[in-house]
Amino acid sequence: MSAPVTVPHGVPDGADRPGVDVARASRHRGRVREARLVTGLSVALVVLAAVGLTLGDAAVPLSGILDTVLGRADVLTQFVVVELRLPRLLTALVVGAALGLSGALFQSIVRNPLASPDIIGITQSASAAGVVGVVVLGISGLALTGLVLAGSLVAAVAIYLLAWRGGVAGYRLVLIGIGVAALCMSVVSWVLTTSDVRDAQAALVWITGSLARSDWSTLNPLLVCFAVLVPLTAFLAPRLRSLELGDDAAAALGIRVERSRLLLILVAVGLAGSAVAVVGPVAFVALVAAPIARRTLGDGRLALVPAALVGALLVLGSDLVAQFAIPDVTLPVGVVTGIVGAPYLLWLLVRTNRSGRGG
Amino acid sequence: MLVALAAVCALSLAVGANALPLSVVVDALTSYDPTNPDHLVVIEKRVPRTLVGLVAGAALGAAGTLMQGLTRNPLADPGLLGISAGASLFVVGAISFFGVSQVGGYVWFAFAGAAVAAAVVYGVASVGREGATPVKLALAGAAVTAALTSVVTAVLLVDRAALDLMRFWQVGSLAARGSTVVWQVLPFVVVGLVLALGLGRSLNGLALGDDVARGLGQDVTRTRVVAGIAIVLLCGAATAAVGPVAFVGLVVPHVARYVVGLDYRWVLPYAAVAAPVLLIGCDVIGRVVARPGELQVGVVTAVVGAPLFIALVRRGKTVSL
Repeated sequence: MSAPVTVPHGVPDGADRPGVDVARASRHRGRVREARLVTGLSVALVVLAAVGLTLGDAAVPLSGILDTVLGRADVLTQFVVVELRLPRLLTALVVGAALGLSGALFQSIVRNPLASPDIIGITQSASAAGVVGVVVLGISGLALTGLVLAGSLVAAVAIYLLAWRGGVAGYRLVLIGIGVAALCMSVVSWVLTTSDVRDAQAALVWITGSLARSDWSTLNPLLVCFAVLVPLTAFLAPRLRSLELGDDAAAALGIRVERSRLLLILVAVGLAGSAVAVVGPVAFVALVAAPIARRTLGDGRLALVPAALVGALLVLGSDLVAQFAIPDVTLPVGVVTGIVGAPYLLWLLVRTNRSGRGG
Repeated sequence: MLVALAAVCALSLAVGANALPLSVVVDALTSYDPTNPDHLVVIEKRVPRTLVGLVAGAALGAAGTLMQGLTRNPLADPGLLGISAGASLFVVGAISFFGVSQVGGYVWFAFAGAAVAAAVVYGVASVGREGATPVKLALAGAAVTAALTSVVTAVLLVDRAALDLMRFWQVGSLAARGSTVVWQVLPFVVVGLVLALGLGRSLNGLALGDDVARGLGQDVTRTRVVAGIAIVLLCGAATAAVGPVAFVGLVVPHVARYVVGLDYRWVLPYAAVAAPVLLIGCDVIGRVVARPGELQVGVVTAVVGAPLFIALVRRGKTVSL
């Protein structure tokens, strides 16, 4: 990173403008590194996905999966792979990617590595909506998805409006989010006390985030949301890069700061909300995915695609661990991500505070 | 304020799921008849409940004031800064791994959890050049809460019996705590309150900044240590008795400062009296609005307190007390 850059001779505009060339070279190196990381992550995802498809009560060899892909497998294998395991696998991938992206967006908008949907109240309001849906209204499936999505959007808009005082400062957004989160969590614990202990446990599984109920019917709406929101993110990404320079610099670059920020927040909430709506709030994925991607790249650039891939890898891997690590006990995926994520979060806090970026 | 306290206590005795006429309540208090079910309701249910509210409220109010004074941070509150979450984790451990099922047994675990969480949050937040700023403290508290809550959830998921006990403790409630709890936590609260009230002068000094306080001849380190002990005693006792109740410790010091000014020698006792008013008042509201059931006090305080928290954040300038 700090190695001196040798400016090659014969580059047309390099001789009299070395600064431009250095910047260009560094950007090029960054792109190469990002491309490498994306390739590596994709390979890891494919391997993990293949392993995930073979594991389970009915053992399917790797060749069986290949046969299924080619359409030559017997009916039973076909059923197990396509109807039982594939939806769960795809849900894990999409949810992880959505959470990773959402976290990356939030952290860049607020310019604070701690500002993930877990901390600033989006996940908690989704939990509250979900618990009310599961315990009080007794709904599931699409209706629950819609309710949770609506709940998290309403909360996000409320947090944004409450944080508005002639513009939204990052720290105010975070603090108000924390207040809303506390309110939502008290609603959750109240609902848990009003119900039968079985319902309470079902609700708790939902709050933790579980992929156990995912099938094609829950996956399809998620895919639709994802297909709408990802192009939007790609469209907004250049503005986000400018916003990362600071509000004033972004405004000088011709960005309408507040409008861009609102749009980005809505996209980020949509991503997190749709993921949470399907599987419940899987802890910490949104928080850790983007920093891991950034640190692996090493140059502090905004890395949306790697963040999404890291998120997908995290959820998929954690789900495999949760299903198969302890024989006869299947945990919800959120337990694994929570236990892995919690120490990381504390470490992150100490580090950001030491470098003076904690707030 | 003492009058208001007496009034809410009376209300708390008079209002409940069973609509009892006032005369019966007075009778129960003056000429108690154990065979009369109405008298039993008053003496066995409502009196302990009110006492718990008094003790826990005073503890939360004083603890919140101490935390805000010590950290010079208007947003400090045991619930928001992760201290209640620490107590929750240790209590869940007590229930699940040691089979403790009596609230009395929770107390020690709640103390330990509160102390550990307080140390972690303050330690993490004060790393770095500018020390524990309000935003860093709030973030560290939220992060520690998130981390601890996920561990608590993991334990509860595999242990349904623990969930059944825990969910009623976690919500924060004055109901069904029994008078034994009051006697168990009372000594700690008294010690904590005495320590807290003795700190008024030192906190006034600290409010001017560490350097000025030192210049005035104060032992800043000693103040911090004593205040820390008092906070842990008060928060631990209150949390053990009623469960994690957020926002009482946050709201009350602001009300107190608004009424009596910035002198901590007045703010502390005022907060210790005003907090039970709020806590018992919220409890009464919870009993009235959700008849024939009830809304736990933790839910009501959150509904009352969260808007105030948001108002404080919006007012910007309070972020540096």
